[in-house]
Amino acid sequence: MAARLLRLYIAGNSASSRRAQQNLERLRESIGAHGWDVEIIDVLDRPELAESARIIATPTLSYEDSVRTRRIVGDLSDTVRVLEFLGIDQEDEA
Amino acid sequence: MSTEEMEITGVLERVKTGVEAFDELVMGGLPRARTTVVGGTPGSGKTVFATQFLAHGITQFDENGVLVTFEEPPADIQANMSGFGWDLARWKKEGRLAFVDASPPANDELVIGDFDLAGLLSRIQHAAKSVNARRVVLDSLTQLFDHFIGDPKILRRELFHISTALKKTGLTVLMTAERNSEYGEITRHRLEEFVADNVIILRNVLYREKRRRTIEVLKMRGSHHVEGEAPFTLLGGRGVVAIPLSSLRLEQHSSTLRVTSGNVDIDEMCGGGFFRDSVTLVSGATGTGKTLLVTNFVSGGVEAGEKVIMFGYEESRGQLFRNASGWGADFARMEADGKLKVVSLYPEAQGLPDHLLTIQGMVDEFKPNRIAVDSLSALERIAPETGFREFLISLTSFIKKREIAGLCTATSKSLLGGESASEQHISTMTDSIILLRYIQERETMHRGLMVLKMRGSEHAKEIRRFSIDGTGMHLGEPFKEAPNVFRE
Repeated sequence: MAARLLRLYIAGNSASSRRAQQNLERLRESIGAHGWDVEIIDVLDRPELAESARIIATPTLSYEDSVRTRRIVGDLSDTVRVLEFLGIDQEDEA
Repeated sequence: MSTEEMEITGVLERVKTGVEAFDELVMGGLPRARTTVVGGTPGSGKTVFATQFLAHGITQFDENGVLVTFEEPPADIQANMSGFGWDLARWKKEGRLAFVDASPPANDELVIGDFDLAGLLSRIQHAAKSVNARRVVLDSLTQLFDHFIGDPKILRRELFHISTALKKTGLTVLMTAERNSEYGEITRHRLEEFVADNVIILRNVLYREKRRRTIEVLKMRGSHHVEGEAPFTLLGGRGVVAIPLSSLRLEQHSSTLRVTSGNVDIDEMCGGGFFRDSVTLVSGATGTGKTLLVTNFVSGGVEAGEKVIMFGYEESRGQLFRNASGWGADFARMEADGKLKVVSLYPEAQGLPDHLLTIQGMVDEFKPNRIAVDSLSALERIAPETGFREFLISLTSFIKKREIAGLCTATSKSLLGGESASEQHISTMTDSIILLRYIQERETMHRGLMVLKMRGSEHAKEIRRFSIDGTGMHLGEPFKEAPNVFRE
């Protein structure tokens, strides 16, 4: 099975960007890192990537492998809702 | 005194918006490296104003721009704005304009926890850098608030941050925001309180089944501005065209050159004719001979070798031509000779600001020596009182600025006298006033003419009888007993 890709757009070292990275890391551990690739994009370094993905807010988590792109804006503090929105069943994967 | 205050006491450099009369209201343009919020209800012309600001910079001042669109994708804006003569697509190709498409993407989105708008800011800065921009437009912020509907506090903080960051790099920022009503709170979400150095309001009010558009400068931090609403109109090929009013200065120098009124007796009563760059009002009840005086004024000018333009708002061209030939004036031949242009318009066909622009446009094209407007009363009925007053001020100062002779008519409501509203408005603005009145003498009704006012000249004070026949107006003896021509 091809690895599924999550892109996380962050803005430098801002507090919410750091929190989002930590929360995403915890999330990967809980669902098992296997089968998930995570790409971190800093919009301050790569504005052209933010432009092509039409990012407005940071942090934004983008799940582009599904039929339809899903995005979560914010620091991902509520992991249960994050998984729910991405359509990932925590118990099955764990 | 804080640094902020120190800084603004200096003379602020101005950025011209391309709306000439508006720039005059704000002492030459918007202050450079400041943020201006333009508020308005849907359809009030915010996007046109904002785009014009960019277009003018690109075409006139070599100041490139960035257009951040929250509502529509760039392709739609390009199509919508092409009617105003702005080729956004070409400017983009030439590297003079960059878009940042912040319109809502068609994917599912959820907000969980705190966020910022660093993504947007970094895209704007990237775009500004790529075209070396001096001007930035964000249109409209309201859409952004709708997008992140649960987090207005975060947006306020973030927009403040964006505004500050853009200003710091010397960019002049214009943000648009929606209003719920024409005379309510300034903008939805009270944006102006935290991002704006300057606030401008565009209004689009329905008045007697007509749209009346106005622009008002509400706040201009650290500098003066003209207060109150100024009318504007949206024109294809030009965009926002504001009508200069209060900023008009009384700088017309007056001429002592006399021109004929077209009637020797009236010339004599006026001390030798009208002044060349003066505006004369002919006021009288219906049937007293106003249109005849207009006809005399027209043919008198043409006979003296002048070019004349005439605007009729009460009668069709056919009627005007027939009336004139009844008094021996051949309008058709005068037009064929290029000496005369007769324009007949329904007052209801457009709003007063547009009527004014029509007159100005045709005068500048035809370049006449004199202009006749018959009648102001017909125009008065389509406009609110303030709008009519503004129109008159603009019209009379325009006529004087072009140094041409003007004759306007007004209909008084009562047959025997009294003042119509237009008389009240215009009497202080015109240089001369001629009254035409029905005057009762024992059992018969006569017509009387008097020169009420003639600025800068002696004039006859008596009320003269007159009669009208197939050859025109004939002045007779003065009335012996002074009737009251102002009687209600």
